[in-house]
Amino acid sequence: MKRRGFILATGAALLSGMLLPLRALAAVWNKAAFEATTLAGATQGLQVDKETPSADITVNAPDRAENGAVVQVEVTSRIPGTEAIAIVVEHNPTPLIANFLFAEGAEPYVVTRIKMAETAEVKAIVKVGSRYFTAGKQVEVLENGCG
Amino acid sequence: MADNIKMRAQLKGALTELKVLMTHPMETGRRKNDLDEVVPAHFIQLVTISLNGKVVTEAQWGTGISKNPYLTLHLRGAKVGDMVAVVWHDNRGQSARHEIAVTAG
Repeated sequence: MKRRGFILATGAALLSGMLLPLRALAAVWNKAAFEATTLAGATQGLQVDKETPSADITVNAPDRAENGAVVQVEVTSRIPGTEAIAIVVEHNPTPLIANFLFAEGAEPYVVTRIKMAETAEVKAIVKVGSRYFTAGKQVEVLENGCG
Repeated sequence: MADNIKMRAQLKGALTELKVLMTHPMETGRRKNDLDEVVPAHFIQLVTISLNGKVVTEAQWGTGISKNPYLTLHLRGAKVGDMVAVVWHDNRGQSARHEIAVTAG
């Protein structure tokens, strides 16, 4: 019993930096926003009341995507005090793709690859304090990538 | 589970370019397999990136991130030898962690 207790304790210590109990994860993950099936539902889940178009946000994505399963998107925010960048695609089954939260030490910049169901605008919503700004890029999708 | 994450952090001027490739099916829960059965949702929900133990970026993901997720981020204030760690957690309670040192670009 003693030995087993030791092994368990050691294992727990080793894993503590890595494992997050499911309940804790559920508290962090914005279920309402990610499971919303409309763009309005997703932005409501993110508590965005109104987003202002901004030329200080760049969304880079291809004009045409042969396969919607993999569409590379690059988002840069040059707005001082950017705290988060959310990526949304209106015509996807669940429009909210990702929400990146930046702390000191990271630039408000991200490149990732997303799935697109059909031709739509890839929109970035940038959070600056309690204000939200947006920019987008239209991507023509030739093959549904949402399975 | 370090095999699940491939990453590189290179100091380029004032910024460190972090590139991360994770191995994960990212199943939406809507796809059907060859037997016409719906494949249950299985996707990464949370990715945490830290520099020398301090969280610099937290990403929450839905099912719209492509299979085998890819990320590039830019970190500020890192030096060669500083440690960058990436941890992901998925909707089934699985997770992976990988840590590397910043190298000269």
